[in-house]
Amino acid sequence: MADEKFDSIVVGAGPAGVSAALTMAQAGLNVALLERGEYAGAKNVQGAVLYSKMLEDVVPEFWKDAPLERAIVEERLWVLTEDSGIQVGYKSAKYNSVPANCYTIIRVEFDKWFAKKAEAAGVTLITGVTVDDVLKKDGDIIGVKTTEGDRLLADVVIACDGANSIISQKAGLHREWKPEEVALGVKEVLFLPREKIEDRFNLEGDQGSTTEMLGDITQGMLGYAFLYTNKESLALGVGCAVDDFQRTRIKPYELLEEIKRHPMIRRLIAGSKTLEYSAHLIPEGGYNSMPPLYTGGMLLAGDAAQMINPTHREGSNLAMASGKLAAETVIEAKKRNNYSARSLGLYRKKLEESFVLKDMDDHKDIEEKVRQNRDIMTIYPKLACESAHEYFIVDGLPKRDHQRRIIRRIRRQRGIFQMIKDFMSLRHAIG
Amino acid sequence: MAEEPKPMSLEDKLGLLTYKNDHQTHIKLLDANVCLKCPDKPCATGCPAGVYVWDEPQKKIVVSYENCIECGAARMLCPYNNIEWQPPRGGFGVSYKYG
Repeated sequence: MADEKFDSIVVGAGPAGVSAALTMAQAGLNVALLERGEYAGAKNVQGAVLYSKMLEDVVPEFWKDAPLERAIVEERLWVLTEDSGIQVGYKSAKYNSVPANCYTIIRVEFDKWFAKKAEAAGVTLITGVTVDDVLKKDGDIIGVKTTEGDRLLADVVIACDGANSIISQKAGLHREWKPEEVALGVKEVLFLPREKIEDRFNLEGDQGSTTEMLGDITQGMLGYAFLYTNKESLALGVGCAVDDFQRTRIKPYELLEEIKRHPMIRRLIAGSKTLEYSAHLIPEGGYNSMPPLYTGGMLLAGDAAQMINPTHREGSNLAMASGKLAAETVIEAKKRNNYSARSLGLYRKKLEESFVLKDMDDHKDIEEKVRQNRDIMTIYPKLACESAHEYFIVDGLPKRDHQRRIIRRIRRQRGIFQMIKDFMSLRHAIG
Repeated sequence: MAEEPKPMSLEDKLGLLTYKNDHQTHIKLLDANVCLKCPDKPCATGCPAGVYVWDEPQKKIVVSYENCIECGAARMLCPYNNIEWQPPRGGFGVSYKYG
């Protein structure tokens, strides 16, 4: 395949790359989609929650044949200490829609299906190919080079090669991440018969639930754990900032084992069998550490462009939306026959007009604020659980004494003004 | 009372995975002397696949690149930017079945 020329080369067959390739092929462009795994999905890891809207924009009526696990009807948030927990959740019959708001998926199965859709639209999918450099001419990107030395040319390269985007670094668009800009997630897929899942999680048929867990469960590290229901398996994982793993010297796989033993989780996974263990980077640095999104002849989408909204557990939907917008930018650039940085700058404008950059902008300071005030990760869960304990305990003391104890504890551990300050600074986390 | 789940070792976890091993490494330590002076060796604890192990008699970090599950965290875990991590060559490395 020496010096073959395409309208566009997309690097990485994940949600961003397939969305981009598929959209361009549908518009009649000649597209190559390069994937370093032996098959699409081989290197990809996610929780995984799939949001319908952004996929529907790329594959209408996807739910008719996509490999979906469970339609999410309940979202739960648990705030945990070592031995206690406060549970908040939202469950609604309104979620029983088709398509549902979101579904759990097995990422590898989903990625294979998604890549097939792109191939059916005319995309040339080439698997088992690692791109390790870009080709430049007069400062603009004109193609890519593979580890085997093959050169492929294109009017535009779209980098969708994920959190470890080597080519955006080679293109000079991105420096290396800093440890505080990325989270490391580890996960296990645990086999459990579907009746047990439905009983333990109070689900019917193909309904599913998600559970996010904050507090002591991450042992003071910035991050959270999650437990998602698939048809016949559970996904249990935890993601924490890389600088926290560096600082605490906690081993990620041992952290996961401790989470399995937590009294709130142990019963839910009892008798399950681990099918797979995996790890992945999550580029959580937010808006302020995003690389430039384009240069002459090249666009960045998805994790490669750090499009993650960690406070809302979103990423693959931002990837799909940005992949589609990147494709639309290329389609318009082709009409003008102009692939300069100036022409491709339209991409940024499209992202600014969409939810992608609006959400990224709104949540830009959260991690930094939590980091400056790191103890809130453990103080609040502890305070909340202790207060709940006082509230519910019946031990012969008058209720007014218990209430006083709660107030006193809050004053001693945080102070009312400090609490107001904390909530003000973090209001975007829930907004 | 729920049965106490047996802790699962890292070896057991990695044993579930399918790899296609390359004869050449995709991970390089740029300067072995840097590791000698590194007090905490966060690569040895933070790597989710235990790829980096401090060998006390040899006084060096031994890299089992064939166990790598390709998260890429090592590059950021090393406080001295001493780990050069590239994705394995096309088709090599771990292949997830669930992901």
